[in-house]
Amino acid sequence: MKVKYFAWVRERVGKAEETIEPPPNVRTVEDLIAWLSGQGEAYAYAFEKPKVIRTAIDHAHVKSDAAIAGAREIAFFPPMTGG
Amino acid sequence: MTCPVTIRIQEGDFDIAREIALLTNSRTDIGAIVSFSGICRADEDSAKIAALTLEHYPGMAEEEIGRHVDEATSRWPLNGVTVIHRVGRFMPGQNIVLVLTASQHRQAAFQAAEFLMDYLKTSAPFWKKEESATGTGWVEAHARDDEAAARWTKS
Repeated sequence: MKVKYFAWVRERVGKAEETIEPPPNVRTVEDLIAWLSGQGEAYAYAFEKPKVIRTAIDHAHVKSDAAIAGAREIAFFPPMTGG
Repeated sequence: MTCPVTIRIQEGDFDIAREIALLTNSRTDIGAIVSFSGICRADEDSAKIAALTLEHYPGMAEEEIGRHVDEATSRWPLNGVTVIHRVGRFMPGQNIVLVLTASQHRQAAFQAAEFLMDYLKTSAPFWKKEESATGTGWVEAHARDDEAAARWTKS
């Protein structure tokens, strides 16, 4: 699946997007954040406060218990500050 | 009732008079248009801002705004909606966002514009980065914006 990062999450991870293949036991957004956090220092820093991170699956906001099965694109970003 | 919807995300500026003319487009069933413009301020909590950079999530930003416009048109009798959000780097005084709502009567237009702005601030995927004399940093979300959006939640 494709993963995108925005704002300070993107800066901390050090890339805007990538393709990942998490193991099958990674089922929810919460699981995915925990798994990504273990992928190196940059990820651990980006996801150090998982409750702050907002997530979208296929362009729609989801909660941390949302299932990731079938997702084409998952995005992680801080709370929004537009307008 | 026809309700043309325009949603644009762009780097360039917008012309409010032109956007209103496009929205009315010689129609005579519109009795009220509310126009809200969001403008880059020169200070935030007494700290001077030199510039703001707006980042967005292409694709989702348009879709998320569209979902809230759909909700607005289902809640209020609207005759037209325009939402334009700029991205890029802005100096104080420059336009950032425009919301136009048209209706037969003012109440629906006022309420829909406020509803759309409250949701734009809290759920449309845009992020502001501030440049000031002390450095640059991402703007933090305000609880007051979440509270403003929450009051539209149907109970």
